Formats: sequence, structure tokens, C-alpha cells
Amino acid sequence: MTKKLDLLDSQGALAFVLLLPSVIVIFGVLLFPMLSSLALSFTDLKMTKPGSGQFIGFDNFVAALVNPLFWASLGRTGIFTVATVLFEMTLGLAVALLLNAKFKGRAFVRGLIILPWALPYVVNGVMWKWIFDANYGVLNAILSQLGLIQEYQIWLGDPSSAMAIVIAANIWKETPVAILLLLAALQAMPKDMIEAASIDGANRWKIFTKIVLPFLKPMIVTLIVIKVIWALKEFDLIYIITKGGPASGTNLFSYYIYQNTFQYLNFGYGAALAYILTILALLMSFGYMKAMKGDQL
Amino acid sequence: MNLFRRGFPFVLGRTGLYALVVLVGAVVLAPFLWLVISSISYRVDLTSVPLKFLPSSVNLENYSQIFLGSQTSSINADLAIGLFNSFVIAASVTVFCLMAGSFAAYVFSRLKFRGQNVVFSLILITQYLPLIVLIIPLYIVMARIGMLNSLPALIVADAAFVLPLIIWLMRGFFESVPRDLEEMARIDGSSRFGTFFRIILPLSTPGLAASGIFAFIIAWNEFFSALILSSTLKSKTISVLISEFSSKVGIDYVAMASAGVVASLPPVILALIFQKYIVQGLTAGAVKG
Repeated sequence: MTKKLDLLDSQGALAFVLLLPSVIVIFGVLLFPMLSSLALSFTDLKMTKPGSGQFIGFDNFVAALVNPLFWASLGRTGIFTVATVLFEMTLGLAVALLLNAKFKGRAFVRGLIILPWALPYVVNGVMWKWIFDANYGVLNAILSQLGLIQEYQIWLGDPSSAMAIVIAANIWKETPVAILLLLAALQAMPKDMIEAASIDGANRWKIFTKIVLPFLKPMIVTLIVIKVIWALKEFDLIYIITKGGPASGTNLFSYYIYQNTFQYLNFGYGAALAYILTILALLMSFGYMKAMKGDQL
Repeated sequence: MNLFRRGFPFVLGRTGLYALVVLVGAVVLAPFLWLVISSISYRVDLTSVPLKFLPSSVNLENYSQIFLGSQTSSINADLAIGLFNSFVIAASVTVFCLMAGSFAAYVFSRLKFRGQNVVFSLILITQYLPLIVLIIPLYIVMARIGMLNSLPALIVADAAFVLPLIIWLMRGFFESVPRDLEEMARIDGSSRFGTFFRIILPLSTPGLAASGIFAFIIAWNEFFSALILSSTLKSKTISVLISEFSSKVGIDYVAMASAGVVASLPPVILALIFQKYIVQGLTAGAVKG
């Protein structure tokens, strides 16, 4: 009896019991697959080829690095990432400042901002695909009724305009996170910081660049890191709107991995590709954690 | 301060401010509004050139078929199943994450054991992992143990993706519960479990609500895991069913739009009602997610 009490009272044992459900699920579904993926990435496992699954060392990684399709998809992911993060941060900051001003209906507009965030990814994709539809899309209708285009355009028929559309759909969905978080940070800003500066005669531009921006910096850095990681992982929009096309014009890295794994059933090669993506994402987050430690956030 | 707050678009003045606000509102609302309008239009109106932006009569057929059942449209009957599956998955993930998550958060907030920081960091780092690296072996394992195309497989997978965030959020909320209350209760002879259930949890109700809403929305919106792990109607979620519209030839646009609206309603309504919690959760989750 006393032994049992001792056991319960010792914090390690209690911690173990309480952590058990979380640890089983997280480590079972996340960490075990991580290791298993690593092992897979060194094999030639193909679901279509019986007897495959032999250890082949770094062959998959080498195969990726010499494959122009790999570099092309990585390059497109780079363009997608830079474009979305740049637009979302700039727009996010501008709209956050706008909504930080006092005006009638402010609470209502702030409430609306959450809508794109809450929308399921698939619905977001279907919605934009429908808007840009070549035959019946509302964009074609508006533009042609305004006289801006002579005939309906096949917006998704061209690689670069398809990429622009996927980027736009991502911006619409993801900018609200930046707006809401920057707005929350702005509201946590001590008011006397600005009052002191305006008494000292600083103009608004100076207040913005010398006080507001530095104050927002940790949040801005955080947002950029999260958004880069999200952009690297983008899959749903591509799957719904373009399936990587046309002419592979929107075949981002995540989609390329999906194709190789679940369409060509090349599990070993797919796992190696997935690992490359993981390393990119982890590098980003480690760099970020280091930067944050220096910044004492 | 007033000057700054009032006059942010300093070059534009009040009119400019309102013009910009209306523009922002329109950009946010218009695309979704068009989906809603499309969902209650008749095909004739939607496919007319020049397009009539407002339908000449309202079509609620698809909605009534989804919710009241139908013999004529197999698409809408399937959607009802997808909605049910999504709901079961999201609700189970929420309940599990709240229970397991609050226990784990309690450990990281109130207890000390060797290796604690390592375990905590490992849990947090999983949030940065791309799903695709996890889904390949998960798919193989689920296939081997015959769990593909089952709701439990999706519940377990989604729970693992959501749980780290919930642990992080809950820990933050527990940290803000003053410790002296617990200490007093402990001195009065209350056990650790007693203080957890009678003091910490009740005082963290807003935190539980915020975390629960988060878990539900993320699980409801999750697409990739369901796409890979289920290929039969028995376990397809509403998102997977909607994604199938986009690859069909000769799509029924009205049915697709109404399916999209129906799938959006639960997360959108929750987010609009509990937006304060969402912002809290996003902030806590982002700052050190």
C-alpha cells in the first residue's frame, strides 16, 4: 500500500501515466513513420514490382539529384513560396494596420477576416477553380461584360497563368492568419511607446519604421517561417485546381512526391523525396528557433 | 496615440479609410458569396452568356437532397455519408485531443521528470514535419493491418497531427492558472488529481474551448490523410468527395457549389462565433508552434 502511494507520488511515474496516451499516438503515428520512411528511402520498394524493397544505399537520393524533373519542381516551389510569402506578409501588415484604426463596423470586418482561414482547403480550391472556369467562370463573365476581354479566356490552360491562379488562391486563404496575428501583436503594443515618440515630435512614418515595425519584428519573423514551411508543403490546392498541370507548370514539390509515390507507386523514391522536403522544413524551423533564442522571445 | 490610431492611412483621410475597409471586406467575401449564389442557382442561369449574376429563381434541390435524403441523386446521397464521416472523425479527434492533450499539458506545466525538455521538444517538432513523409509508411502499415478505408485509421492519423498543437495550447492556458490556489488545495489535503479536476480544468474552460474548436476545425478540414488512406465511400470524408467533383467531366456545378457550402458551414460558423478563441489559439500556436 505504501509502495503504491510512493509510486503515485513520485512525479516521474505520474508523468509517465499521464503522457502515455499522447506519446503512444504521437510517437506511433509520427515518429515511427519518420524512421520507417527513412528506412524506405534507402530501398527500391515499388508496389508494382514483387520482390522489390532491397537496400540500395543512397541511390534514390542520387536519382533525385540528377533528375531535372526534381529540380524543376523544386524551382517552382521556390517561386510559389517567395511569391505567396511576400504577398501575404505585405498585404497582411497593410490590412492589420488598416484594421487597427478606429472606424465604424471594425469588429464586423475583423470577424469576416477569419472566413478564408476557416474554409476547408478543398472548398477553397473548388471555389477558385469555378471562378476561373473557362466556359462559365464568373471572372470571364465580369471581364467580358466590362469589355476588358473580347472572348472567354482559358485561364488554367497556360502554365504561368495557372501558377498565378494557384498563388492567388493561396494568398486569399492564408493572408488572414498574418492579418489576425499582426493585429493581435499591434494591440499588445504599449500605448505610451507611441505617445512618448509623438511628444518628441516624431512623424508618423518615423513612428512606424522606428517603433511599430521593430515591435512587430518577432511576430513577422515567426509568420515568415511558418508560412515558408506551409508553402513548401502545399499540396491540396494543386491537387484540386491543376493536378500539377498544364505541362507540369504547377507541379510543386509536394505534388511531385505524391505523383511518384501514389501514382507511379515508387515508394522508395517517394520516401527519399519526402525526406528531402522534411530536411528543408526542419532546417527552416531550426534556424528559426535559433534566431528566436537570440531574440529572447 | 490617438493621432496614430485614427489617422493610419495618413495620406488618405477618413473617406480613404472606409474605401479601403470596404475593399478588404469585398475581397474576403466575394469569392465565397459567389459559391453560395452558385449553389442556389439553376444550371441554365449559371451557364448563360452573358452571365446573370443573380439567379432568376432559387434552387434548393441539392440542399434538400443532401439533408433530407434522395433517391434521384447518388452524388448527394454520398455527400450525406461524407458529412457523417467527417463529423465522426472531427468529433472523435476533438474529444481524444482534449483528454490526452490536457493530461500531457498538465505534465509539462506542473510536473518535473528527467528528459522532460527532450520529450516536449520532440512533440513540438512534429508540427514541422510534412505530412507526406509520414503518410507513406502509415499507408503501408494501415494496408498491412487491414485498416485502410476505415474511420479509426483516419481518427488516429488526424489525432496525431492535431495533438501536438493542442498540448502546446493547453500548456499555455494551464500556465496562466495561478499556482497558489492549487497549493492551498494541496495543503487542505486535495490530491493532484483533485486539484487537476477541481481547480486547473475549471479555470481553463476558455482554453479547453479554444483548443477544442481548433482541433475540430483542423480535423474537419484535413484532406490529404483522407485522400491517401480511404478510397471507398465507407470512409471518405466530405473533402475527398468534393475533390472528386473537380476531376469529373461534365461537372454538375450547382451540386458542386452546394457541397462546398455545406462542407464549409461547420468550420465557418464555429470560427465566426468563437473568433476570439481562434485568434488566441493562433497567437499561442504561432509564437512557438
